[in-house]
Amino acid sequence: MIEIENVQKSFGTLKVLDGVSLTVQKGEVLSIIGGSGSGKSTLLMCINGLEPIQGGRIVVDGTEVHARGTNLNKLRQKIGIVFQQWNAFPHLTVLENVTLALRKVLKKSKSDAEAIATRQLEHVGLGDKLKAFPGKLSGGQQQRMAIARALAMEPQYMLFDEVTSALDPLLVGEVLDTMRLLAKEGMTMIVVTHEMSFAREVSDRVAFFQSGKIHEIGSPQQIFENPQNEGTRAFLNSVR
Amino acid sequence: MFETALTANDLWFMAQGAGWTLLITAIAMAGGTLLGIVFGITRASLPGWSTLPLGFLLDIFRSVPLLIQLILANSFIPILGLRATPFTVSCIVLALYTSAYCSEIVRGGVEAVPQTTRRAARSLGMSWWQDMTAIVYPIALRVMLPSWIGLTLGVMKDTALVSWIGVIELLKSSQILINRMQNEPLLILMIAGLIYFLISFPISRLGARLEKRFREND
Repeated sequence: MIEIENVQKSFGTLKVLDGVSLTVQKGEVLSIIGGSGSGKSTLLMCINGLEPIQGGRIVVDGTEVHARGTNLNKLRQKIGIVFQQWNAFPHLTVLENVTLALRKVLKKSKSDAEAIATRQLEHVGLGDKLKAFPGKLSGGQQQRMAIARALAMEPQYMLFDEVTSALDPLLVGEVLDTMRLLAKEGMTMIVVTHEMSFAREVSDRVAFFQSGKIHEIGSPQQIFENPQNEGTRAFLNSVR
Repeated sequence: MFETALTANDLWFMAQGAGWTLLITAIAMAGGTLLGIVFGITRASLPGWSTLPLGFLLDIFRSVPLLIQLILANSFIPILGLRATPFTVSCIVLALYTSAYCSEIVRGGVEAVPQTTRRAARSLGMSWWQDMTAIVYPIALRVMLPSWIGLTLGVMKDTALVSWIGVIELLKSSQILINRMQNEPLLILMIAGLIYFLISFPISRLGARLEKRFREND
């Protein structure tokens, strides 16, 4: 379970998160929608401790992320994250991109790591690209590789940060399919997205973010068909 | 027919000078690179204001002519009551001088690795050290290598200046021969130049080959 309590976060004088509270249960898929710069992506960075916070707290399975003495490297093993810019390791092959952390962090043997990585890469449809370098792959393929790389660590949670925003529209589908599959398999997911129909289809709950606050949270039906909040309505009208 | 008073013994004398040139270059590059990595990573990782003193110090090593640094160090070390041979002084000064340049190369290399790529590594549970060795180092190496090879060649030629404090390296040994024979300075300097070239050429070829190999993967 991920518990987010009254989180405050600023970059200098700019307030990015202004008292965000949220709980995500095991097996739940939560989508976060909202305009650019509303703090959605920053929240994901805070959940696995890539960004410090200035107030409140985030607790993952009983471990307070930003507490002194928290072993972040260990915590991050159970929180996978996929970024908007897929962030492939350009000097490693597709297979090595996935085996790297398995070997360095989980201390798997070379053959074990390669077996796991191959299975994950086949799962996202990249079984024939194992020896290719990321530079030779399309954006969609690189993004699926990034998903496989995160999944190979067998995380309990997956965070997706606008993973289709930087993709060619033709390649969005293949990445969304991969995520759909994952949701069906029962993965706990927080998905920051601009794909409204996707959010509506796979989410258990949808949260609407604006200026660092959650303005409305509820079932996809509520948010998309009967939004209670003025801001939510205005936002949905603007993207439709 | 071409005649010369230059004997095999004289050539051997120059070869020994070349040996010192190589040794000083190797020590300066080894020491300078190690220090440069430490300084460069420090400057790339810590906030700018905290490394200002270090940056200032390195700027001094980069801006004061090497010859002045050598002579000053060679004079001040005895004044401070320490004993060091000109060879040791040369190695220390050249290593510090090299580290100042190398730290900039390393800083540029580290900063060339996108922050987002490093975040991806850390998000997989990799430690700072694992990120540095498995992600930053190999990516930065491609950026740093050409400048580092250039630095090596530059330092190798700069070693000629240590002759001023009495180290008999390649240039000094050539000068000694020139002074003795008087009438063959051009021949001796050409031989010395050829030896410098023979040392440099394989280094620059090696650099070019490594660069080519890196490019094939990108």
